[in-house]
Amino acid sequence: MTAEVTLLRHADVLVLGGGPAGAWAAIAAAEAGADVVLADKGYCGTSGSAAAGGNNLWYLPPDPALREAAMDAREAIAGRLTERRWMERVIEETYHQIGRLAGWGYPFPVDEGGVERRGSLQGPEYMRRMRRKAHRSGVRILDHHPALELLATPDGTAVGAAGIRRQDGGGRWEVRAGAVVLATGGCAFLSGAFGLDVDTGDGHLMAAELGAELSGMEFSNAYALSPAYGAHTKGLMMQFASYYDEAGRPLELGDMGTARQAVARLLADGRQVLARLDQAPPGLREAMRRSQPNYFLPLDKAGIDPFTQAYPVRLVMEGTVRGTGGLRVVGEDCATTVPGLYAAGDVATRELITGSVSGGGSHNGAWAISSGTWAGAAAAAFATRGEGRARSRPAGRAGLRPHGPATGAAAEVVRAVQDEVLPLDRNYFRTAAGLRRSLTSLDRLWTDVAAHLSGEGRGALRARQAAAMVAHGRWMYRAALARAESRGMHQRLDRPEADPRLARRIHVGGLDEVWTAPEEPKEAVA
Amino acid sequence: MIEIVSQERCIGCDRCVEVCPTSVFDTGPGGIPVIARVQDCQTCFMCEAYCPVDALFVAPQAEPVEPGSPLRDEAYVTAAGLLGGYRKKIGWGRGRTPGALRAVGPDLPRPTPAPPRKEHR
Repeated sequence: MTAEVTLLRHADVLVLGGGPAGAWAAIAAAEAGADVVLADKGYCGTSGSAAAGGNNLWYLPPDPALREAAMDAREAIAGRLTERRWMERVIEETYHQIGRLAGWGYPFPVDEGGVERRGSLQGPEYMRRMRRKAHRSGVRILDHHPALELLATPDGTAVGAAGIRRQDGGGRWEVRAGAVVLATGGCAFLSGAFGLDVDTGDGHLMAAELGAELSGMEFSNAYALSPAYGAHTKGLMMQFASYYDEAGRPLELGDMGTARQAVARLLADGRQVLARLDQAPPGLREAMRRSQPNYFLPLDKAGIDPFTQAYPVRLVMEGTVRGTGGLRVVGEDCATTVPGLYAAGDVATRELITGSVSGGGSHNGAWAISSGTWAGAAAAAFATRGEGRARSRPAGRAGLRPHGPATGAAAEVVRAVQDEVLPLDRNYFRTAAGLRRSLTSLDRLWTDVAAHLSGEGRGALRARQAAAMVAHGRWMYRAALARAESRGMHQRLDRPEADPRLARRIHVGGLDEVWTAPEEPKEAVA
Repeated sequence: MIEIVSQERCIGCDRCVEVCPTSVFDTGPGGIPVIARVQDCQTCFMCEAYCPVDALFVAPQAEPVEPGSPLRDEAYVTAAGLLGGYRKKIGWGRGRTPGALRAVGPDLPRPTPAPPRKEHR
């Protein structure tokens, strides 16, 4: 990367990513007295899955019985990978912070019984308020400043980041800081799912270049239903769906849990599946429209009434956004294994609260709020200790500083990764043989990327994103190979049952050489 | 994907250039935004939500629509009330009630546990 530095800032805490996790982190750090810069790839307020999609929240009033029941329900499906203590903390923190959001003026609705409903947030409204609050807290926001690499001291402490100013001529920006919060989201491999194209796993790659470890990367194959022509992966309304084949015959697919897998099987086999929300009680339909306009708007525009007309669906890959894998956190403050580097939101593993099943649509939203708040406060405290003010070096490699002649084309790399990770018959339905085949391709691709891929201006971001996706794909499939069983969203056709010896998390890491290691089992796993 | 920037309605404020999370627009001649990188559009409708004069139309398709499609025809889209549709739905803009205030929808269903698997020993 050769661009001249055209913007240099100093801060106590640098937050990368301006979705909910980044915004909560920036606010928490500022409230702890830190001078904060938040840099977003796009625009803080519209960037990320929450702004586009909205959030239901794991929101529970302080009623012990209610909270116990909610934790029990999640543990029953989460594959024994959760930790009760983390669930309790997230529920409590989310409840507290949502109370503050109400105080900042978020217009929570009141139901017919006069009760304010705080368990769901509309994305644009939520993130517009979060931006305003961050701004009023003194956070300096840099929009359209994608980060490409971390800055690190010789001993490997994260002390800032650098990237490009994509709407200002593509010059280089650098922020030197006392600590860094990564809130860059998960990775959806540019599948097109609405709101998720900013989520290309850039933060995971930057962290791994400083030796950060990941966990749960086998739980990275979340797919969600959208209209076949579009990319609007809204799940909530599908609870009212009936499914039909191409001839309009009803498909008997069982309840919601089994229906998803049956739909995936049919689509993987090249069949057409149509959905119609005919199970929605007529009296509820107007309320459904009001609660999630972004489910209905794309259908309205296409001239489809989903209550009366069946529309073809497809499954769109949402990777580790709706999946659960990500950077391993090693403390209650969301510290990563890299000093000075904290992880918040979807870039971090969410196994602690949702295990092997998707946290999309409630748990992930609560996690963003909680982990953001903890990471922001911890980063502020770390920065005050002043360990990170030493000399620093830029740490980016693959896609940024190739070690051979620059010849690669990012678009080709992206297509090659997508060929391995998007198809249902490779990633939703996994086999050891298929995973090995994909890994052979992805490993070769990585060697190539590390040697040759780079770009200038906006092209630098595209190259870096492509490199991040290759890395993500390799961690995902290496972990999937190590988990020689089926558990939660990770379904292995060749190992259809759960293996009790694998009721533990699997760590993964490395770039040129990818490694996996099962976590030591806890005493007395239930 | 983004299909229409209404030359008639656009006031050249360039809010869409600023808020588009994937930076699809560039500022064009006279401050009117141009669709510079349509393939980066992720059909999230955020530009529609932020446009203060309802000058934008994002078609629901994840790929550009056919050249003859009515969803490329500003007159059709305007007559159908689709310009700026998302902003209206979420209740943004002068004199409107925020949509969030009326968003009492169905609850999440209780997740169904996966069919019990025998754990072999």
